[in-house]
Amino acid sequence: MREIQYRDAVCEALDEEMARDPNVMMIGEDVAFIGGNFKTSVGLYEKYGDLRMKDSPISEAGIVGMGVGMALTGLRPVVELMFSDFLLVAADQVINQMAKIRYMSGGQAKVPMVIRCPIGGGRSSAAQHSQSMQAMVSHFPGMKVLVPSTAQEVKGLLKAAIRDDNPVVVFEHKMEYSNKFEIDDSIELIPIGKADVKREGTDITIVATSSQVMKSLKAAEKLAGEEISAEVIDLRSIIPLDRDAIIRSVKKTGRLLIVDEAYEFCGIGAEIAANLQEDIFYDLDAPIGRIATPNVPLPFSPALEFPIIPSVEKIIARVHDLTQR
Amino acid sequence: MAKKPTKKLYTDFYRTMFKMRRFEEEVFEFYKKGLMPGLAHLYLGEEAVATGCCAAIAADDYIGSSHRGHGHLVARGADTAKMMAEILGKETGYSHGKGGSMHIMALDLGILGANGIVGGEIPIATGAAYSALYRGTKQVAVSFFGDSATNEGTFHESVNMAAAWNLPCIYVIENNLYGISVDIRDVTNTENLADRAKGYGIPGVVVDGMDVEAVYAVMEEAVARARAGKGPTIIEAKTYRWQGHHVGDPGDYRLRRDTKEKEKWMKRDPVAAFRAKAIKDGIPESEILKIENEIETEIRAAVKFAVDSPYPDPSEAFDDIFCE
Repeated sequence: MREIQYRDAVCEALDEEMARDPNVMMIGEDVAFIGGNFKTSVGLYEKYGDLRMKDSPISEAGIVGMGVGMALTGLRPVVELMFSDFLLVAADQVINQMAKIRYMSGGQAKVPMVIRCPIGGGRSSAAQHSQSMQAMVSHFPGMKVLVPSTAQEVKGLLKAAIRDDNPVVVFEHKMEYSNKFEIDDSIELIPIGKADVKREGTDITIVATSSQVMKSLKAAEKLAGEEISAEVIDLRSIIPLDRDAIIRSVKKTGRLLIVDEAYEFCGIGAEIAANLQEDIFYDLDAPIGRIATPNVPLPFSPALEFPIIPSVEKIIARVHDLTQR
Repeated sequence: MAKKPTKKLYTDFYRTMFKMRRFEEEVFEFYKKGLMPGLAHLYLGEEAVATGCCAAIAADDYIGSSHRGHGHLVARGADTAKMMAEILGKETGYSHGKGGSMHIMALDLGILGANGIVGGEIPIATGAAYSALYRGTKQVAVSFFGDSATNEGTFHESVNMAAAWNLPCIYVIENNLYGISVDIRDVTNTENLADRAKGYGIPGVVVDGMDVEAVYAVMEEAVARARAGKGPTIIEAKTYRWQGHHVGDPGDYRLRRDTKEKEKWMKRDPVAAFRAKAIKDGIPESEILKIENEIETEIRAAVKFAVDSPYPDPSEAFDDIFCE
C-alpha cells in the first residue's frame, strides 16, 4: 500500500494506458502544456508529445465529436471536459452521437472512448461550474457512467474505461483531487458494474457515489458510536447498475439510504428507489431515503452552498430518521 | 489542372448518377405507396456532387454523411438492396432496421454514418481525419453537409481545428439553397459560403454542383492537398434539391423569390445533361443504354429484396446498445 493523491491516480491511469496502447490519446482544454486545469495529466505532454496529448480550442462539441470520429477509426480517445457542466455544451455529440452510433448502425460500429469530467460543489464555483451531471447522463442509453470514489477506484475504473469498447463517462469529484488515499498496486483494473461494500453493517444500507462514499463512511463511523450499524456501498458505476449488491445488502439491513450529489428530482436516488422497490419492498422496515442536491442552481456563497450539498451531518440526521421508525 | 477523366471514369460517373436517380425515385415510390415508415430526404437533383466527390477518393477514405445521405452511400458503392431494406425498416437492412433512412451506416465502405442532426457529423469526420494523421495512413475524410449546417457551431469548431492542425479533411457544402423552408440567402450575409474559408486560412472553392466533371476536378485538387499534408479545403457545390425537404413536402416555399426558380434548376438536370454530353463526347448511346438496363435490373431487385424481407423481431430493439 502507498499513499497517493486522487489527481495523481488519474494521471497514473492515463500514463499507464498510453504507455500500454499507442492508440490511446487524450484531447481537451488545457490538458497538455499545463497538464490539466486540475493537474490530472501533468508530465504526459512531455512524455507522449503533441499528437497524443492535444490541447484543444474551447470547442466542447467539436472535441467530443472528434473523439467519436477517432474512436470509429481505430483510436481510443480520452476527451477531458474541464467541468461536467460543459457536457451540456457538447450534449448533442455526447447523447445523440457518441452514445447512439452503435445502435443506429445496427451494431456495426464500436465507439471506444472515454469522457472525463469533474463534478461537485464545495469550491464556490457557482451555478455553472458545480453541478454533478451523472443523473442527466444516466438518463440516456448507450454509455456507461462511472462515479469513482477514492484514488484506488479512479485509477482502476479509468483504466477499465479506457479498455472498454463502449463509450464511458467518468465523473471525477473535484473536491477529491487533492485528497490522499491508500492505494493497493496489486489491483490494476476495477471491473465496471460492480459495487463495493466499503463498510459492513446490519441496521441500514447507505448506497453512495463518488465523494459521498467518504462522507457516508465518516457518518457510519459516528453512527457506530451510537450503536447504529451502517453498511456503506460504493456504487462505483451507475450504468451498469449493480442491483444485486444493493438488494443483497437491503435484505440484510432492512433500510436503504441513497446519497448522491446530482439534483434530487429525477436523480440517482429516485431511480434506485424506483428500480429496486419490487425486489426489496417487503424487506424494508422504513421508507427508502435519499440525500441529493435540492433542485436549486448551486449558489456561489459558501453560506448558501454548503447547506445545499450533501454532508456528513445530513447523512447522520437522515439515518436517525430512518432507523427510529 | 486536373487531368481529363478516362473513358472508364466517364461511364462510371453516369452509372453512379443514374443509380442514385433511380434509387431515389423508387424511395419516393415507397413513400407514395405507404410502404415506408417515417420519412426520407431525397438526393434527387444533387447527384453530381456525391458522384464527383466520391470518384476522387480511395476505397479506404472516410465519409461523414448527412440526413440527405442516400447519394453518398450509392456513390461509395453501397449495397442498394441493404439500403432499401433499411429504409423500409427491415431486418436485412444495413442497421437491421434500427437506423432507417437518416442513419444508414456502412462502416466497411468508410461511411461513418449518416446523421439526423444538422452539422452533427462534421466533427466526427474531422476526428476521422485526425485519426488518419495520427496513424500516418494518408487517408482523407470527406464531410458532406448542406448549406444550413454551416450555421451550426460544429461547422466552425471543426473547420477551425482542421485548419489549425492541417487535418486531411475536405468539407463539401451541398448548397441547395434551403434549410427546410428557410432560404439561406435570407439568413446568411455571404454570397458564397465557401468564402468562410478565408476566416480559417484555408482554400474555399465554389463549384457548379450540377456539373460532375467540375466537381470531380476541384475535389481531386482538394484531396491531393489533404494527402500532401497541406490541410483541409472547403468546397461549396451549388446545387438544388428537386423535392421538398423530405418526401411529402411539396417545397412550394421556394417559389416566393422567383416562381420559375425550380423550373430553371430542373432544366439543368445533372444526370440528363451528363448523358447528353457523354454521347456528344463519343460514348456510344448503346453503352449508355446498357448501363441503364443494368442499373434498372439492380434497382428492381433491390426493391423486391426490401419489400420481401422480414421485419426484425421486436426483441431486437434491445440489441446493439453496448458491445460485450
